[in-house]
Amino acid sequence: MQKYSVFSLIKNAFSNHQNWEVAWKDPTPKSEYDVVIIGGGGHGLATAYYLAKEHNIRNVAIIEKGWIGGGNVGRNTTIIRSNFMYDANARFNEFGMDLWRNLSQELNFNVMFSPRGIINLAHSDAQMNAYARRGNSMRLNGIDAKLLDRDEVKKLIPMADFSDEVRFPIFGGLMQPSAGTARHDAVAWGYARQADDMGVDIIQHCEVTGFDVVNGKIKGIRTSRGDIKAKKVGLCVAGSTNILAEKLNMKLPIETHVLQACVSEPVKPLLDGVVTFGAGHFYISQSDKGEMVMGGDLDGYNSYAQRGNLPTIQHVLTGGLALFPFLSRLKMLRTWGGIMDMSMDGSPIIDKTHIEGLYLNCGWCYGGFKSTPVSGWTFAHTIAQDQVHELNSELRLNRFSTGHLLDEKGLGTKTWIG
Amino acid sequence: MLYIKCPYCGLRAQKEFSYGGDATVKRPNINEEVSSEDWDNFVYMRKSPRGKHIELWQHIAGCRQWIKVQRDTATHEIFQTAKVTEEIR
Repeated sequence: MQKYSVFSLIKNAFSNHQNWEVAWKDPTPKSEYDVVIIGGGGHGLATAYYLAKEHNIRNVAIIEKGWIGGGNVGRNTTIIRSNFMYDANARFNEFGMDLWRNLSQELNFNVMFSPRGIINLAHSDAQMNAYARRGNSMRLNGIDAKLLDRDEVKKLIPMADFSDEVRFPIFGGLMQPSAGTARHDAVAWGYARQADDMGVDIIQHCEVTGFDVVNGKIKGIRTSRGDIKAKKVGLCVAGSTNILAEKLNMKLPIETHVLQACVSEPVKPLLDGVVTFGAGHFYISQSDKGEMVMGGDLDGYNSYAQRGNLPTIQHVLTGGLALFPFLSRLKMLRTWGGIMDMSMDGSPIIDKTHIEGLYLNCGWCYGGFKSTPVSGWTFAHTIAQDQVHELNSELRLNRFSTGHLLDEKGLGTKTWIG
Repeated sequence: MLYIKCPYCGLRAQKEFSYGGDATVKRPNINEEVSSEDWDNFVYMRKSPRGKHIELWQHIAGCRQWIKVQRDTATHEIFQTAKVTEEIR
């Protein structure tokens, strides 16, 4: 594989960039694979990459209905963080942070990981106490956390509304300085390029229409491009999980909902980190191009539409305006939606299933992008070893029946409530 | 914006309603032995189909009644609405 570097860039400039190697091939599906990963998003591509790299399983196919990177990995707001209170979530995502820090070098693809920090704002004493508790939990798990008072927040985001008349005054906030953002498309492409180089077949525009299960064991899948035999199959399809689960007669603790995001016109640099509003569901960061990237609540009803309605955008931006009044003078560039696999406790599921050889990776709710590397890493381990890794030992499917929920946000089973 | 026909008040904007989830989920009968599998199915497991979905909404900024709505989860088209005591077929 051609290595990307400043020298290859200069060399290719002489031929007007016409002679770059293709980053990944477009193979026709073989009749049999050791592992088939369904879903060519970030998590699926990362899983295939770590299967090849960490476990030397290279007879792998990724089956994608659309094109790679066209789903949620290209629709998220690129936030990367590990500011969780529960041990299971904190350890899992902090392991992921370590993967993020080396990802550009490892993939030889600039994913533009930028640890610019995230601030969760507090608007009451009670919220400050809750953040102090969360910050302490994070520190016990080796994650950097800083409790900021009002003046410290003001130094970092002076453009926020610090006047006396505001309905929700800023009391302070909890900051994770090592959190940040990355270029989401590059993550998908970087994983795809390396996985392809190690022998993984990336098969796009191929829809899974059914499964071959004999005596409780997976034998293969049926697709729009023919039947494919497989010893093991991994589902990595986010919002489409329930569609495939229905073909397997499985019921899951997942509902699919639409989540919208939006960006403004590009402006000069003014916000260097990620900020979340503590009195409503609104978060914001500024992209390297200068656009303000914003998001918030789900639309709040089951949806597979990949597009939402205006009232939710209006509601989210009302919160945004309360925090950053300058937003009212920006033009909105575009809004879009992605479909989320909302689990019933708000935490993901990476596990085996009751069908031998069938593995499940779902339930990412609002935050799948940040976990892309660690999700792929642990899912690859789970598939290769046929057992969960310590990191995902609490992210199991049976936690709902045994009562060991990871209800980080305490929303109960109505995760569509903002 | 969705427009939902409340069986009590008529056609109203989605903003007046709040969502209550899958209306076909049945609570296990009271005063009967409930297996943990049944309880699991009631509390957590959802079909979440792509296509026609019968769901509960509450007309929270109107008559405050709970209603049933049959809606397409892919196109957001609303086919039918009914009182909670009525069946949607």
